[in-house]
Amino acid sequence: MNLEDHFDETIARDQRIEPRDWMPDGYRRTMVRQVAQHAHSEIIGMQPEGDWITRAPSLRRKAILLAKVQDEAGHGLYLYSAAETLGADRDDLTERLIEGRQKYSSIFNYPTLTFADVGVIGWLVDGAAICNQVPLCRSSYGPYARAMIRICKEESFHQRQGYELLMTMMSGTQAQRNMVQDATNRWWWPSLMMFGPPDAQSTNTAQSMAWKIKRHTNDELRQRFVDMSVPQAEKLGVTLPDPDLKWNAERGHHDFGQIDWEHFKEVVSGNGPCNEIRLTRRRQAHEDGQWVRDAAAAYAAKQQREAVA
Amino acid sequence: MSDWPLYEVFVRGKRGLNHVHVGSLHAADDEMAVRNARDLYTRRNEGVSIWVVKADFITASSPDEKDPFFAPSGDKVYRHPTFYDIPDDVPHM
Repeated sequence: MNLEDHFDETIARDQRIEPRDWMPDGYRRTMVRQVAQHAHSEIIGMQPEGDWITRAPSLRRKAILLAKVQDEAGHGLYLYSAAETLGADRDDLTERLIEGRQKYSSIFNYPTLTFADVGVIGWLVDGAAICNQVPLCRSSYGPYARAMIRICKEESFHQRQGYELLMTMMSGTQAQRNMVQDATNRWWWPSLMMFGPPDAQSTNTAQSMAWKIKRHTNDELRQRFVDMSVPQAEKLGVTLPDPDLKWNAERGHHDFGQIDWEHFKEVVSGNGPCNEIRLTRRRQAHEDGQWVRDAAAAYAAKQQREAVA
Repeated sequence: MSDWPLYEVFVRGKRGLNHVHVGSLHAADDEMAVRNARDLYTRRNEGVSIWVVKADFITASSPDEKDPFFAPSGDKVYRHPTFYDIPDDVPHM
C-alpha cells in the first residue's frame, strides 16, 4: 500500500494522524495554518479582558479574571506545541503573528468598554468558541485533538464565570442592567461572525471535512450557537439585537438576520477598531521580554559550563 | 528563544498511575522546564509528579517500518491466556 492510501485509510477508519506519520503536504499546510491561527487567537485573546484585570470590581472577580487570562496563555502554548509537531518553528510563528502575516480571530479586534464586556465575552465569545471547538476534539490530527480536549474542559469555566458575572449585574441597578444590554448589543454580531463565512463562500470547507479536520460546516455551527444562546438570553433578561430572530417551527431552529460580511472582511483585513492596538502590544511584549529570554539562555549556558568543568 | 530547547512533559496524575505524556514546551534549562510544566499542565491539580526530558533525547521507533517492526508480536497468539483450552470445571484458573 502506498503512503497516500495508508493515510486515507487511517482517516477513513477514524483513526488519528500522528506527528511522524506521512501526510500530504496540503494536509500539513492546512493543519499548521489552522493550529497557528488558533494559537495566535488565544494569545491575542488575552488582551481585551486583560484590560480589566486592574479594574475588576472585587478581589473575587480579579482572581477569576487572572485565572482566565492565564488559561488563554496556556491554551496558546498547548497549540503552539501542537503546531511544532508539524514542523513549524515557534520563533517563526511569533514573527508571523507580530508582522501580521498570520491571522488571529477577528473577534479580538473589538474593545472592552465596560466590565459587562468581560461577562459577555465569557458568555457569547467563549460560548461560540466552545461550539466551534468541541467537534475539534475529534480532529484527525492527534496532537491538535488532544490539545482541544484540554482546552474545552477549561473553556467551560470561562463561559460559566461570564454568565454568572452577568446574572450578578442583572440583579443590580438599572445602570448595571443597561451595561449588560449594551455589551450584548455590541458582541452579538461579531460572535456570529466567529464561525467564519457562510458555507457557500467558504473555500476550504469541503477538503477540510474530507480530511476530518473540520467536522461541521460554519453555518451548522452558527445555527447551533444561535439556538443555544436564545434561551440563555431570555433567562438572563437581555434582548439579542436582531429583529429577525425568531423560532421557525418548520425547521426546528431559530431564523436570524443577515450578517454584515462586508464589515467582517474589513476587520479581518486589518481595519477593525483594535487591530493596530492588539498587534502593537503583542510586538511590544515580545520585544520587552527579550532581555529575560537572553538572561535565561545565558544562565543555562553558564550552568552547563560549570557542570562540565 | 531559538536556543531554548524543546522539552517533552510527562505527568503522573495520581499515586499509583504511570507518568503520561501531556505535551511539550520550551525552556532554557531543566529546572525552568519543570516550573513551566507545572504552570502549563497542572493548573487544576492534574498531577502529583512531573518528568521533563529534552525532546532530542527521545529515541522512537520509525513510522516507516511500523508494520514490520511490530510484526514479531503479531503471530504469537500463545502469549495470551485465551490461547489455552482449560476445562470449565478446573477451579481458580
